[in-house]
Amino acid sequence: MDKMPAWADVVLIPIISLILAGILSTLVILAIGENPLEAYKLMIEGALMRSAGWGYTLYYATNFMFTGLAVSVAFHARMFNIGGEGQAMLGGLGVALACLFIPWPHWSLAILGSSIGAALFGAAWALIPAYLQAKRGSHIVITTIMFNFIAAALLNYLLVGLLKPAGAMDPATAKFPEPTHLPTFQDMFATAETPLFRGAPANVSFFLALLACLLVWLLIWRTKLGYEIRAFGYSQSGAKYAGISGVKTIIIAMLISGGLAGMMAVNTTQGEAERLILNMTEGAGFIGIAVALMGRNHPFGVLLAAILFGFLYQGGAELALWTSIPRELIVVIQALVILFTGALDNMVRMPLEKLFLALRKKEA
Amino acid sequence: MSGTAPAIELKGISKAFGPVQANKDISIRVMPGTIHGIIGENGAGKSTLMSILYGFYKADKGEVFINGTKTEIPDSQAAIAAGIGMVFQHFKLVENFTVVENVILGAEDGAMLTPSIAKARKSLKQLAEEYELNVDPDAKIEDLSVGHQQRVEILKALYRQADILILDEPTGVLTPAEADHLFRILDNLRNEGKTIILITHKLREIMEYTDTVSVMRQGEMTATVKTAETSPEQLAELMVGRKVLLRVDKKPAAPGDVVLSVKDLKVTDGAGVERVKGISFDIRAGEIYGIAGVAGNGQSELMEVLGGMRTGTGTISLNGEPVDLTGKYSDGQSRRARGISHVPEDRHDEGLILDYTAWENTIFGYHRDPKWSSGPLMNNAAIIQEAEAKMQRFDVRPPIPTLKAKSFSGGNQQKIVLAREIEKNPDLLLVGQPTRGVDIGAIEFIHQEIIRLRDEGKAILLVSVELDEIRSLSDRIAVMFDGKIMGERDPETTDERELGLMMAGISEEPDKPAWKAVEENLEAVEHGEAPKHG
Repeated sequence: MDKMPAWADVVLIPIISLILAGILSTLVILAIGENPLEAYKLMIEGALMRSAGWGYTLYYATNFMFTGLAVSVAFHARMFNIGGEGQAMLGGLGVALACLFIPWPHWSLAILGSSIGAALFGAAWALIPAYLQAKRGSHIVITTIMFNFIAAALLNYLLVGLLKPAGAMDPATAKFPEPTHLPTFQDMFATAETPLFRGAPANVSFFLALLACLLVWLLIWRTKLGYEIRAFGYSQSGAKYAGISGVKTIIIAMLISGGLAGMMAVNTTQGEAERLILNMTEGAGFIGIAVALMGRNHPFGVLLAAILFGFLYQGGAELALWTSIPRELIVVIQALVILFTGALDNMVRMPLEKLFLALRKKEA
Repeated sequence: MSGTAPAIELKGISKAFGPVQANKDISIRVMPGTIHGIIGENGAGKSTLMSILYGFYKADKGEVFINGTKTEIPDSQAAIAAGIGMVFQHFKLVENFTVVENVILGAEDGAMLTPSIAKARKSLKQLAEEYELNVDPDAKIEDLSVGHQQRVEILKALYRQADILILDEPTGVLTPAEADHLFRILDNLRNEGKTIILITHKLREIMEYTDTVSVMRQGEMTATVKTAETSPEQLAELMVGRKVLLRVDKKPAAPGDVVLSVKDLKVTDGAGVERVKGISFDIRAGEIYGIAGVAGNGQSELMEVLGGMRTGTGTISLNGEPVDLTGKYSDGQSRRARGISHVPEDRHDEGLILDYTAWENTIFGYHRDPKWSSGPLMNNAAIIQEAEAKMQRFDVRPPIPTLKAKSFSGGNQQKIVLAREIEKNPDLLLVGQPTRGVDIGAIEFIHQEIIRLRDEGKAILLVSVELDEIRSLSDRIAVMFDGKIMGERDPETTDERELGLMMAGISEEPDKPAWKAVEENLEAVEHGEAPKHG
């Protein structure tokens, strides 16, 4: 019998974890002599009370949805892909090449091409660790993290040399041509009377991320491939018994995972920067791990967790802008949320399970 | 016996794990110098009760008296101090330590090892003479046979001055001859006044070796009786709560054409050890071919090769057509497509995905069947519907396809696997340990299903370490030892003694007592000599 109802697992635990993280953050803010209520008010107002705030929150959330889905898919096959960062960087390269070297007539075609480019490059970056894991047993955690460094170095090399336009001072590619620019939320929703999402980077790739959530859900829970991935993740010996190839499953799951991580670049590189810059991932590959953990590896959970982290990112930026709370402290608050929702999951889970068992005993 | 205090007396012991009442108000008295059996199905609460006695769990309610004195047992140290020793089902030995090092582990006196080793060596010698507990004190555990390892566990307990010895399913991993030896040791211990509690699910052991027996069912002690005054049928009924057919009813086999033909099959495992050393046999339609043997003699590897989970060399043909053994052209799914169904030995790790629902498990291995999907998506509604029907037919309780496999009992889990494999109507069914960890009521049902399949003219390969099961189901019995088939016997004409000897790697040697021959042979194996194959 399950120890507690599903809703408690999915809803109650994350909420309690968040409250705990909030309490600790409050103490930290108090300790540096700022008013925590003011701070939270500022975060909420900055991230959620204005449409431009939402524009930023959802822009970040788009990144986290892609990287969170990437971690989830791999995790269903019990592969801990922490190479989302590197795969996203390579995805950025795929986007840049697709946008710079193919003359797209319209953004709607360009986003197709750049998505394919991003997914292919991201997947290719995941392929080598996947192959090494499947065939040679090299641990995927080690290889993917190493590949993050290689990706960063590779991007550095390309942006300082080959891809930098002659005479430019900063390590970035040339600006993508006009037809590849993606419509932002401002372009889509603002009218002359209602200036919505002014200046916010959220763009059409948010809907691409939503679509990805839906497709991942179908893949994992409704297809034979998803069935095999999950079966392999639960029991490798069971998979062997059923004639599910471990090598194939690892490689396919990692390719999908790498592809999803790579697609994050459509949002940042094509949607926002409109050129490939250094450090375009801004750590979103790692946040994806926390998002997947908090979202219980379920696309819907990932969606919600991604929006939460988007809020934290945007709210944090507001804090840094308007208060004397130093930037580092915002990172501390974000880290506390990750710590409580991800790493300390069992700390909340165990007492809660006991509580539910006790309640059930009383009923019986 | 009036006047003597009982060696162990439990009064009103209760223990709950969450909503599960593992022990309900249990009271027993075990007199000194007796062997007391505790019998019950899996999950009846036997192990919980013994864990309370050994200090692993704390009882919610109830009292423990040792030799008439009320005793608190908060941990295993206290249990040892109270003179209780425990021999677990899975031994707790340090594999690369010697026997004597294992015996003193945790009971060393002083900082230097040498004096305590010398002391232990002396007392081991004495114990060996007293109770027929011979083990080479300097042998490493990893080089010892399972039977000898178990003796080390008993020695450990005795070295710690245990007067009360608890054995949890001690014969599960032993050959019949080793088991006989164990019971002779226990007999000697009893004669010296030690008290023994024997936990088992085997009725035969209870009937033959115990003085008194307690039956547990669903956390309750349903009866405590003198063994001499009861019968296996009565005990089975007490265990299950209804009348149980202990013997398998079956008609004589009507074998048809050869379905499976195995010739000179060799299997080497990942570590490069040859596990199956060139075996050949045929199985015909409408017969059950049983392979007996102590676990670890190549049976598992044989099953895995046939089921497409491993590679091997040699030739296998199914209905006259060759079967690929290289793994290049075949896996579990292509075997299934050829009409080979496989109930694996380990249902937790292989036969089922425990975190999958029952309905997901009913297509496991057959999930690529186009029947289950429409386009790229799986047709979940149809699978669930079909699963419900299968679960009804195989009497899976509760028949709820959306429950996770891990929430079913062992017997019902096995029924889910059987339902999946048998319903495919295979030409050949591979069945490994069909009733391991399965309650008596379900055993009856599972055996009937296997026989029904045979009577429909299917070929069945049965591998089991339960000799009784092999004997009652099989139409022909082969015994595997050390990767080879020691011989085939007709279940009507052979007996347990003969099969037991073969399981230990010996064919008949009429002059010697059986256990003696086994002893010698096992010792030969331990010392790296080739076993004698009579």
